[in-house]
Amino acid sequence: MDWYSLLREIADSWGLLALTLIFLGVVLWAFRPGSRALHKDIAEIPFRHDTLPADDTEKAKDR
Amino acid sequence: MTAIVKLVVLGLITLCAAIAANFAHDLAYQVHAILIMLIAAGLFLWILRGAGEERVVVTPTGYMDDVVRAGVIATAFWGVVGFLAGTYIAFQLAFPALNLDLPWTTFGRLRPLHTSAVIFAFGGNALICTSFYIVQRTSAARLWGGNLAWFVFWGYQLFIVLAATGYLLGATQSKEYAEPEWYVDIWLTLVWVAYLAVFLGTIIKRKEPHIYVANWFLLSFIVTVAMLHLVNNLSLPVSIFGSKSVQLFAGVQDALTQWWYGHNAVGFFLTAGFLGMMYYFIPKQAERPVYSYKLSIIHFWALIFLYIWAGPHHLHYTALPDWAQTLGMVFSIMLWMPSWGGMINGLMTLSGAWDKLRTDPVLRMMVVSVGFYGMATFEGPMMSIKAVNSLSHYTDWTIGHVHSGALGWNGMITFGALYFLVPKLWNRQALYSLSLVSWHFWLATIGIVLYAASMWVTGIMEGLMWREVDAQGFLVNSFADTVDAKLPMYVVRGLGGVLYLAGALIMVYNLWMTARGAGETAPARNAAVPAE
Repeated sequence: MDWYSLLREIADSWGLLALTLIFLGVVLWAFRPGSRALHKDIAEIPFRHDTLPADDTEKAKDR
Repeated sequence: MTAIVKLVVLGLITLCAAIAANFAHDLAYQVHAILIMLIAAGLFLWILRGAGEERVVVTPTGYMDDVVRAGVIATAFWGVVGFLAGTYIAFQLAFPALNLDLPWTTFGRLRPLHTSAVIFAFGGNALICTSFYIVQRTSAARLWGGNLAWFVFWGYQLFIVLAATGYLLGATQSKEYAEPEWYVDIWLTLVWVAYLAVFLGTIIKRKEPHIYVANWFLLSFIVTVAMLHLVNNLSLPVSIFGSKSVQLFAGVQDALTQWWYGHNAVGFFLTAGFLGMMYYFIPKQAERPVYSYKLSIIHFWALIFLYIWAGPHHLHYTALPDWAQTLGMVFSIMLWMPSWGGMINGLMTLSGAWDKLRTDPVLRMMVVSVGFYGMATFEGPMMSIKAVNSLSHYTDWTIGHVHSGALGWNGMITFGALYFLVPKLWNRQALYSLSLVSWHFWLATIGIVLYAASMWVTGIMEGLMWREVDAQGFLVNSFADTVDAKLPMYVVRGLGGVLYLAGALIMVYNLWMTARGAGETAPARNAAVPAE
């Protein structure tokens, strides 16, 4: 079998299956138990360090 | 020590550029060589003057915002240039005399100047500066790499200037959205690797345990564009002293590679990157977290898995194998779902805060941009269906579709981001004028409606005229008949462009006055960050 046909066979059989399973795995992982609180926390990231990086904020507090 | 290394390198670049200018085979290459020689010589003198001075090394603190400020200025500047070029070539199509009978000002050379100016200069600068802003805030860390970010900024501007002057002087490799010739491509590769390093370096040293979703989108944009750029620009220069190069791929392979690149430039440059902007600026402006973080994860991965296969829909009914055309069509239709996942997530972030739309024109701009994103990502899959494509392809419908996406989605979300950023970056309490934002909003929206509506009419009309046959099976219309019939719509389209450009000029004035602090009672001149 030539190189093109081989790649094409792999792409529309095992390749397709593997990528579909990886995608479904990612979706299931997003719905894992305990993810709700974590996602709520991540979604708040833009509202935390608006003016100073975390290191500088701590230094400012120490002073 | 480093100054000596820099001087040696810059001296060599100046010398090589001078030699290249001397042996140049074509004008574009010669002009570029002289340009590079002057820039390198200027930098050489600048470093030489500063060499040997004692410098106090201070570890910089706070966020690195000066490069973001420069990026905001560049975005606004290139935006106006790009819109102006677009409006001009729109009128060229209506009134061919505007080609001026000069080679440098013909539609064929000005069109790539327009597309590159709006996509890469306006959109690219917007993406670079907002990504630098977003990645610092969401990582709670200063930009990695120090002055490397400045290299990215200035290097990217040089890429734009080389690309644009090259088009005008006739240097092009004739690949849509990838017109720059080989040496400009190599330079962009260097700049892009530096960009990736700065972005990734900042993410790696982040103080937040998690990577916020906006950074996922921005990182996918940077990585994919690097891959697309490298593969689509595989070419062999005819001479080291000339701009002409020959593509490594030929025939249908070259066509598929080009549209794999072209559609993913839309998918990752104009969609994923701008979704990264949406996921930061809409929550910030609405002062609420994103509607569903889970949805953002799922639609991110769905977009990544699907977009890369959609390119063949640009080659329906060509020499491309049928299975590849069908594959492109099917994946394009599937893309509708993740696209609308993003739209729903952006719009629903406002749930419970819809009243803000009445008082906040900046938020209104962002919401309308997401609305246009939804419309364009519905229209796109529909046009990728072979039966629809046989009517729409090669007509102005495609141009209308691209512009409702580009002007509506990319333009409006960028304007929203600029309105958000300028008061923050220049330490102002608020924008100079909200009513001017409203003016901009309505001028831009009506401009887009004129543009899209006229292109629908002329596109479908032209598609129907091309396929019209009489009782004997002969074609009824000649090509010139369709050109003649399109004139009124072309004038309307040009007027839409004028309105959009006018809105952008109002924005530039408003942002300028905001940055200057006009109208502020107690100007907060102090740029230093107060200790908490």
